[in-house]
Amino acid sequence: MARLTGRRILFVVPVLATVTFGVFAIAAASPFDPVKAYAGSAGLTASQDNLDQLRANLGVDRPLVTRWWDWLTSALRGDLGDSSVLRQPVADVLGERIGWSVLLAATAFLAAVLLGTALGVLAARHQGGWLDRTVSALAYTLEAAPPFWLGLLAVWLFALELGALPAGGLTDTGSTTITAGQVASHLVLPAAVLAVSQLPWFVLYVRQGVGDALEEDPVRGARARGLAPRTVLIGHALRSGLLPVLTLIGSRVPELITGALLVETVFSWPGIAAATVQAATSVDFPLLAALTVLATLAVLLGNLAADLLYGLADPRVGFDG
Amino acid sequence: MVVRPARGATAVAAVAALSVTAAACSAPGGSSGGGKGRAGSSAVVGIAYEPDTLSPLLGYGKDGNSKIFDGLLTHDADMELKPALAAALPKVSADGRTYTYKLRDGVRFSDGKPFSAKDVVFTYETILDKKTNNASKTELDAVDRVEAKGDDTVVFRLKYAYAPFAERTVLPIAPEHIAGKQDVNTGDFTTKPVGTGPYTLVKWSKGEKLTFEANPRYWGGEPKVRNFTMAIVKDDDVRATRLRSGDLDGAVLPPDLAATFKSDGDKKTYAARTFDYRVVTLPTGNKVAGDTAVRRALDIGVDRKAMVDSILQGAGKEAYGPVPTDSPWFTEGTERTHDLAKAGKILDAAGWKTGKDGIRTRNGVRASFPLWYLTGDKLRQDHALAYASDAKKLGIQIKVESGTWEVIEPRMPKDAVLAGGGSPADPDFDQYTLLKSSLAGDGFNNMARYDNARVDKALDAARRTDDRDRRKAAYDTVQRELVKNPGYTFLTHIDHLYVVGNRFGDLTTQVEPHDHGLASGPWWNVEKWRPAS
Repeated sequence: MARLTGRRILFVVPVLATVTFGVFAIAAASPFDPVKAYAGSAGLTASQDNLDQLRANLGVDRPLVTRWWDWLTSALRGDLGDSSVLRQPVADVLGERIGWSVLLAATAFLAAVLLGTALGVLAARHQGGWLDRTVSALAYTLEAAPPFWLGLLAVWLFALELGALPAGGLTDTGSTTITAGQVASHLVLPAAVLAVSQLPWFVLYVRQGVGDALEEDPVRGARARGLAPRTVLIGHALRSGLLPVLTLIGSRVPELITGALLVETVFSWPGIAAATVQAATSVDFPLLAALTVLATLAVLLGNLAADLLYGLADPRVGFDG
Repeated sequence: MVVRPARGATAVAAVAALSVTAAACSAPGGSSGGGKGRAGSSAVVGIAYEPDTLSPLLGYGKDGNSKIFDGLLTHDADMELKPALAAALPKVSADGRTYTYKLRDGVRFSDGKPFSAKDVVFTYETILDKKTNNASKTELDAVDRVEAKGDDTVVFRLKYAYAPFAERTVLPIAPEHIAGKQDVNTGDFTTKPVGTGPYTLVKWSKGEKLTFEANPRYWGGEPKVRNFTMAIVKDDDVRATRLRSGDLDGAVLPPDLAATFKSDGDKKTYAARTFDYRVVTLPTGNKVAGDTAVRRALDIGVDRKAMVDSILQGAGKEAYGPVPTDSPWFTEGTERTHDLAKAGKILDAAGWKTGKDGIRTRNGVRASFPLWYLTGDKLRQDHALAYASDAKKLGIQIKVESGTWEVIEPRMPKDAVLAGGGSPADPDFDQYTLLKSSLAGDGFNNMARYDNARVDKALDAARRTDDRDRRKAAYDTVQRELVKNPGYTFLTHIDHLYVVGNRFGDLTTQVEPHDHGLASGPWWNVEKWRPAS
């Protein structure tokens, strides 16, 4: 287990180097001009001299490899550079926003796992029953619905039509302080939308896993011995049925990140996602690279967690991956 | 491993509990309540625009009215210059190259430290510094140096006589003792500014809102509206809905949405007059658009009134140049009358003959050119399509296309662009950058590469004298030349519409520029509002 973890950690280094270089290369090849993005509307009346000066100051006229290497070496020394679009050090941008993103993603993820497992088990108990058919149909429908569309729908229904929940932001418009109660009420809609967008996978996987487990010999044997259906389901079928879900939990991290990106944007949630969108459209190299590193790390950690959990839950799996 | 099937309700309860505990780490404190039943002393307005920075050193508030800061001078409701941090309007030397400002006594920054001449020098010198990433510093091009004479006098020496210079000194003054001690481009002054203005910033939650509190030390007296919030809501429909629900007290709205509040007895609609024009650039380098006959034909062949009525729903005016028809700088008699027959005659006389497909040609050149507008800007799209359909009636084919500025920029020397602009403070600001031949292709200035020796001469003459009549005569020359050879087709000046609750009484608006800054709208003087409690 330690060997597996160690090997994965060694693997992180080349992956991150490649990924950050890829970000710099893609950003350099993109049609967006960092100087125009920086100048905004003032750039439309600025003189060419002024624009050239900005280009030199921002350092975006240097070759791609130089820029990437400079960024990488200072990042390793702990200096993540400055974000041009937000006019502040990248470390500050991350510090201000990452907590809110983690709160949103963790809440949504937990809700999706709990609710998904519950619905999946209920559907698996009587495969083909009305509950199963309803849950599965709903899951397939949601699977096809993009998160931003769900978000807009939720804003329209709960915030505009019913006036039940705030449409966006972290606190009420008129308030000057951040209170737990306000954050909680503002968290409900975005977290619910993000959870619902992650739900179908869990439901369908749990349903399949538990359904298969109920057909296995040991479970059938338990039923034949006259154990109560509930005992059989929880004591025997769940354990092997939930294995696939365990692997899923880690590997869903990328979907969770992209989902959070869209949901945060729809709900003006002051997390890292809004900064990511801005960083991308204004070719803000240092910020973009830092955010990509974070996302890559999250994905690698998710995969590692999945493998470790799987190994713990199923003794047949060795730790040599 | 045992998992109990959780019921939906339990899961929801768990989520709620989790969110409360997780949020408990954030700052505690009392909330000042939501939209309905808000105290009379607070106001929340919805705007569509968010600044990139709050540091005047990087360009924030350069046109005045920044709320957190003051300039040496400021504009009143009629756009006349008034002293702010200066005690009086500047003394200008006979050659127009030295401006001397005496400073107001006893002004303090909101942190309690005194304001003095060194802050003014620091602000201007920092903006002009090569290392400062300020995209508006071109506006201070005339400045040679800035000097402090003692604590209470500042002297500007200019490279050349520049009549509108005083208009530039509305830009906000930053405190040297804070901003001078950090990186000007990325220091935390850009998000946590400190100034001398009527309000202090409580918090800037990026993408969501800016929260202000009245500054008790303000030299003009503490504002009655003590809590002022600007909510950043980019989507027009969402902004209108939040205004209707009482979440906002006022908002900027497009004409069609503003109209839905007509019957609302609790709210008033304010139409701010502007210098905000929409224009088609006709590049000199294009064989068709650069032809004087084609330019003149388009100038009288477009139906500006129809554009105002249909695209702007009446909230605007026909534009015949950068100066709006109701400005004292407008030259009477340069209005163009919509006349298709006359436009056709001009084209016939110049040898543009109508072909089989209804499009004119001359010496094998088809009267056809592309017209670009900025992707996603519906107002510009509407103007471009209306322009193209009017041109078609004259036998000129205009192909409307959309792109980002990155796509449009390399095409500007040859292709037409639907552009916008407008600065009300002085006629020099728009006309010089639009029409001066030496600025052809300099960044986004003079996009049409307009080149007219008479106009060049008049533009320079108007800068060098501060005699109002002589300046007016020079700008009259420019506007008359634009009738003879229009390098641009000016289409409309657009009113900006705002809807605000009645409890703030009768409000005013200034003449507004093209850019929707924070200071636009009836809240340009929120520090003087007297809300009914």
